[in-house]
This record gives sequence, C-alpha cells and structure tokens, in this order.
Amino acid sequence: MISNSYWNPWFGKLTLNAIPTDSLVAMGAASIAVLGAVGTIVLITVFGKWRYLWSEWATSVDHKRIGIMYVVLSLVMLSRAVIEAIVIRLQQAVSVNHSGFLAPEHFGQLFTTHGTIMIFFMIMPFLTGLINYVVPLQIGARDVAFPVLNSISLFLTAAGAFLIMASLVLAPFSTGGWTGYPPFTGIEFNPGVGVNYWIWSVSLASIGSTLTGINLIVTIYKKRAPGMRLMFMPLFTWTSLCVAIMMIFAMPPLTVATALLALDRYLGMHFFTSGAGGNMMNYINLFWEFGHPEVYIIVLPAFGVFSEVFATFSAKALYGYTSLIVATMAIAVLSFTVWVHHFFTMGQSANINAAFGIATMLIGIPTGVKIYDWMLTMYRGRVRFTSPLLWAIAFLVTFVIGGLTGILLSVPPIDFMVHNTTFLIAHFHNVIIPGSLFGMIAGYQYWFPKAFGYRLDERWGRIAFVCWTAGFYLAFMPLYVLGLKGMPRRSVETFQSSFEPWLLVAAVGSLLIAGGLISLGIQLYVSIRQRDRARVAAGDPWDGRNLEWSTSAPPPEYNFAVLPHIEGRYPFYQMKKLGHAYPQQKTYQPIKMPKNSGLGPTIGVASAALCFGLVWYIWWLAIVGTAVIIAAIIVRSFNRNTMRVISVEDIEHTEARWHAILAAAVPVSRDQENVPANVGLAEFMS
Amino acid sequence: MTNSTTPLPRLYPGMNLGETDPDTHEAAEELVFGFWVFLMSDAVLFALLFAVYETMVNSTAGGPGAAQLFHLKPTLIETLVLLASSFTFGMASLIMKFKQHVVLLQIALIGTLILGVSFLGFEISDFAKLTRQGAVPQLSGFLSSFYVLVSTHFLHVLSGCIWILVMLIQLSVFGLDETVKTRLLRLGIFWHFLDIVWIFIFTFVYLLGLL
Repeated sequence: MISNSYWNPWFGKLTLNAIPTDSLVAMGAASIAVLGAVGTIVLITVFGKWRYLWSEWATSVDHKRIGIMYVVLSLVMLSRAVIEAIVIRLQQAVSVNHSGFLAPEHFGQLFTTHGTIMIFFMIMPFLTGLINYVVPLQIGARDVAFPVLNSISLFLTAAGAFLIMASLVLAPFSTGGWTGYPPFTGIEFNPGVGVNYWIWSVSLASIGSTLTGINLIVTIYKKRAPGMRLMFMPLFTWTSLCVAIMMIFAMPPLTVATALLALDRYLGMHFFTSGAGGNMMNYINLFWEFGHPEVYIIVLPAFGVFSEVFATFSAKALYGYTSLIVATMAIAVLSFTVWVHHFFTMGQSANINAAFGIATMLIGIPTGVKIYDWMLTMYRGRVRFTSPLLWAIAFLVTFVIGGLTGILLSVPPIDFMVHNTTFLIAHFHNVIIPGSLFGMIAGYQYWFPKAFGYRLDERWGRIAFVCWTAGFYLAFMPLYVLGLKGMPRRSVETFQSSFEPWLLVAAVGSLLIAGGLISLGIQLYVSIRQRDRARVAAGDPWDGRNLEWSTSAPPPEYNFAVLPHIEGRYPFYQMKKLGHAYPQQKTYQPIKMPKNSGLGPTIGVASAALCFGLVWYIWWLAIVGTAVIIAAIIVRSFNRNTMRVISVEDIEHTEARWHAILAAAVPVSRDQENVPANVGLAEFMS
Repeated sequence: MTNSTTPLPRLYPGMNLGETDPDTHEAAEELVFGFWVFLMSDAVLFALLFAVYETMVNSTAGGPGAAQLFHLKPTLIETLVLLASSFTFGMASLIMKFKQHVVLLQIALIGTLILGVSFLGFEISDFAKLTRQGAVPQLSGFLSSFYVLVSTHFLHVLSGCIWILVMLIQLSVFGLDETVKTRLLRLGIFWHFLDIVWIFIFTFVYLLGLL
C-alpha cells in the first residue's frame, strides 16, 4: 500500500503500487480495461477511422449523434456493472461460513462501483441519450436549444466514466457505497484516494446532468413546431420535461454534498467530520435531497417510453392522456417531499418520520393512476407482442410488486425492522430494473430502427427478454426472503447456513441476467449482419403515432425539411388518417445548422485531467486542466463562424431520395411488422 | 415588420430589447430564458449553502462565533460597493438599449469592473483579517460553512469580472452586434443576481450574526 505522506510533485501520490497486483480478480479486471482500451485504439488505427470519429462523432453537435454516443457509453458501462453484480452475487453465494474469493476491501469497491456506475454512468446516460435523440424529433425541432452545450454535457459525463474506468487500473476506488456517507468517507477514516475517485466522477456526472436539464427545458419550452401546444406533446416529451425540471432542482444538492465532502478531505474543513462542529446529517440530507428525486429522474423517462410503446403496439390512443400528465407532474413534485424516508432510523422524531412516511405513500396514487392508464390503453386494442411491448408488460407486473414493497418500507416501524437488510436491496432493484432499465431497453428496441434504418432481430430480442425477466425474479426475490431473515446488505461474509440456498438461487439469477445482456449483444451483432433484410428506410416500421416516425430512418441531419404545423395530439397519426403523411414540397428554404465544435471534447479531456489530478494530488495537472477549460470557453466566445447553411440542392437531393423510397415501398399491415416486407411504410388501419 | 408604436411582447423577465432592436429581441428569447433556468439551479445551490450555514452557525466548537468575528463597517462598505456596481451595470444596460453607443457602454462597464474588483479586494482583506485572528475555515464547522458560502459568492463575482473583461474586448472587436448584446443581457442578469445573493449574505450572515 502507499504511505500517506508520500507525495511527488510530478505524480502526486500516484506510484506503481496503485496497480492492483495483489488480487487476481482485480488484476483480471484491470487487464480487461487496458486490453479493451488498447484494442479499441488499435482497431481504430488499423481501420483508419480516427478522422471519421473526430469529425463525424466527437465534434458533432447533432442531437441524434450525441444521443447515440450517450447510449453507447451507457451500454459499455452497463456491461461492466453487470459483471460486477455477478461477482458480488457469486461472492455472497460462496461466503456463507467461508471467506469466499474476495477480500473485504475489494468487495467494498465492487458494490460501490456497481451502484455508482448503474446510477450515474449507465441509466443516466441511457435516458439522456434517448431523450436527446427522440425529443427534438417528437416536437418537430431541428436540434436542441444549445447544441454545443449538449456536447459539453456528453463529454463531462464521459470524463466521469473515464475516471471510474481508470480506477480499475490505478486503484483503489471508494469503499463507501454509492451514497458515500461520511464520516466513513472523510479523510480521517479513509485517507486513500478511493473516495476522491468517487467524488470527482460523480461531480462530473452531476454537472453534466444539470447542463442537460437546462438544455432540455429550453428545447421543450421554446423549440416546439408551430401549433404544438403543451397538451399536444407526446408523453415521452412530457416526462422528459418533468425530468429536466427535476434535474435543475435535484442535481445542485449532489454537487454541494460532494463539493463540501471534498473540502473536508482536501482542506481539512469540518462540514461532516465527527469533531469540531461537523454535522454528518447535513450530508445525508443533502445527498437524499438529490437522491430521492433522482429515483424519479431515472424512472419517469421509462414511464414516457412505456406510454409510447403501449399506445403504438396496442394501435390505440393513450387512455387518459391528461391524467398521465397530471400524474407525472404530481410524482415530480412529491418526489421532493420524501427524502427523509431514506434514513428513518437516524434519529428524527416519530412525527417527522410519520409525515415523510405518509408523503411517500402518496406517491403510490399517481403511480397507480399510470398503471391503470397503461392497462386500459391495451384494453380492446390490437395488441402485438413485439419486443418493446414484452418489456413493457414485464415492467407492468414486476413494477407493481416493487411498488408494493415500497409502500411497506414507507411505514416507519416496518422500515426499522428491515432497514439495511437485503430487503431494501430487493426493493429498489425491483423498482429500478423494471421501472427504468426495462424502459430504456424497450426504448432502445423501439427507436433503434429510426436511428439506424433497420429493425433489431426479434428472436434474439425475445431471448434477451426471457433471460432478463426470469433472471431478475431469480436474482431478487430471494433477497426479500433473506432480508426478512435479517441478512445485512453489503455483507462480504455471512454466518447463517439457512442463507445459502437463497443466495445460490440469486447467483443463478444473476448469471441468467448476464445471459440476457449477452443476448442483447448477439441481437445487435445479428441485426447488423442481416440489416439488408430488415431495412425500414421509409421510416415508420411500427405504425407510429408521433412526429418522430414521420421522417426517414435514419432522419436527415436537419430532421424536417419543412417544419410541420401541428393541429392536435398524435400528429403523425392524424396526417396518415387524412392521407397527407408524406407531403411533397415544391420548394425548400436553405436551413441553418450549427457547425461542429471541438469545445465539448476539449472540455471533456481537460476536466478528466483536472479531476484525475485532484484524485491523485497532482496539482500541476489540475491547474492545467482548469486553465484549458477557461481558455477554451473564452476562445470559443470569439468564434463568430458557428453556423453553416444546408443548401436547397442538398435538401432537395436528400428529400427526393427518401420520397423515391416511399414511392417504391409497399405498405404492410401491423401484423407483418417483423417480416422483411416491412420497409417502414405502414398500411393505414384506422 | 412590427409597428414601432406598439411595443413587442416581453419575452422574458428583465430588460427586453424589443423597442429598439426587434431582431436581437427575438434572438435573445431562448438564450435569456436558458440563462434564467441556469440561475434557478444556481439559486438552489446558494439556498443549500445558506441552509448548511444556518444549521452550523452555532457549531463553533469552542472557537469564536459570528458576534466576535464580524464587523459592520467593512461589510457595509462591501454592500454599498456592490450595489453601486449594480447601478453602473444598470446604466450600461440602458446605454446598450437606447444609446447603442460602444464607448459609453464600455465606460459604464469599466466602472462596474472597478467596483466589482474593489468588492473582491475588500473581501480578500476581510478574509486576511480573519485569518490573522486565527479564524480559519479549519477551526470549526461554523467557520467552514461561513467561508464556503461567502467564497462561493466571491468566485461568482470573480467570474463575473472575467466575463466583463471579455465583453469589453468583444465590444472593441465586434462592436454592438446581436451576439454581444445577448451576452451583455445575460451578464446583466448574472450581475444583479449576485447582488441579490449578497443582500441575503449581508442580512443572514452579517446582520443577524451581529445582532
């Protein structure tokens, strides 16, 4: 281990000892990270794709490309966090009356990175990516309000993800859990660099999300197509708006909590220390003032996806459109009034606990409204069980179970009995996996054809679905039982033989989930290989109802050659009904679009350097990083040449090619949506 | 275009340029609205720092408290300086809107910059005085929260000053074009926001602390 007093002006506290050679598992993970990075670099070089990646992707400010990059980042991080989950499950399964194969320190890092990645670097980028891709298309806009800011948000998040990946090789990461409670994470009890990694990676993600929130609010309020009133907006856009508002209010508490913790650690202040007037309850309040709204930040976009999916695959308008919106807003507001339920046992009076318990139960009402709305949307619809709908139905059933255990936990006396046990772990995985991850996967399956122009393979989609759902039940239902038996969460080792069978079942479940993840990978591979048999260039493979389906697949850079005029809900359905879904324009106007910008990647690299420097106390690197960020922003502010014009000829050419595809396309009925004949033109069937 | 006798609708809170420059007025809508949203998240940040300060105001750990450390005179001077800078920025905004005169505008901005920098100077000397008395942020939870609340405001004013400096150069390079105007609009909102935050600091930290 590194001695605490060691410090070198060039490398700070970083030495070769940081490479985790003492553990086989950690070394394996480090090797995979290094090989993955080196392999990617070699492949890009061999195929000569650096210029393409830089000019077409990294510097792109197109909301569609940024959305795709977010989802790619999210899937990479999902793979790592799922592997960690399996290692955690296996360790617990073999560590009943036995020390297992992981050292306690290493186990602590695993559950910390698992939680941190899943929340900040998997689900947040996933939902941000989907929102980025879909919302401008749904509201009939050509881009988000601040395209360059969008790119900066992406690269700040990526910089945070880089820090977490770096901690695999230059270990250790924090052992303080994803919530990072002091005083354990304070300098007194945790003098290593692990907590620093956690603080800075989370801070980067938090700032990135705040900027995303600002961008989304302005986009949705100010950039809707003419005629699109708020109450005409698709449900996914509505939930995105709520999420954006929540980001504005919920991210600053996290930034404050991590910043104050950093000040305690770096400058010896006394915010959360156990002496000198510090008050660690302040941290816990600040963290959950972020943490609880965060639950709804990650769940509401999935609710939006499900609303789209239920309506589309039931071929019906949403049941209770207005009530769904009111419920969404009610959830958004209530989510700020319940944070104390995360620490009922930490000494408030019974009355305070009762008030927050009741507020928590209230959230069940609007959520219940939504569940009924979705079920009634399917009622008497022409339901097709295509992949996205399967995920939605699995969500409906599973989420209700998770919600009910949440109601149990909201009763303070019950919470006192099961708090800090695996019952809690089972509960929140039971809401977040179906309520958020399933939604993201459903959205990925649903909008993939729009983004890439071909459908995903349906067979592997179903296999993935079965693995994920069955794996979920096997992995998490036993944790309810174990929690009721009193098994503490985060146990590296347990001493109760009756835990063993349940832990074994949970471990099998986690392997099944891994199978689900692999199936998603195979699905992607198979779909790319067979893309010529699944092309849907005409753009409307699912007989969609909202504007995003009215463009080609993939949509042109400018999204809409002529901004549509909106007269009601489900504008694309209305257009198809009236028979003018694909209007031929005689003349086009040139379109002004933002130019690519290197500002996002520059700030991303500089902030990664800044935070890496802070983690290891390499002050010169931190100063250089800060200076580059400030300089880059000022230099950019002198750039007057930020827009470019897409000429009428280019637009005419692109549109003519799409209209040729449309003219050649044979409309298919909804029941044929999974056969090669579906080229993305839906037959109108009322 | 719009008839000059009927004013354009106000598109956002604060000074709108509609009467004198309709095009910039339109262009400013999204930008200024976005900036208001940003300030909202910034206001949440300050609100939380205030809340932390209020919970820790008595956590002096046996060290000095607000009544022993703070003095009304220097903070009153700081307050007046910052209020004066808000006045000069207000003049700058009016010049931008009605006179559209680059040099006058620059003079008003330089006045604001001088006042802003003097405010920073007064604060630094305040902090130095406290440090000489041994009242450093490492001493107690109260002092940690005091220093962080006030220096967060300090850092905001510092970035405001850098922003003014950049805008002075941009005024010379580009003149008073649409981009410069929309940036000055946002800078103005930022500057007045910092003034309001300072009023809260003056009231809740200094005045109530000395009570």
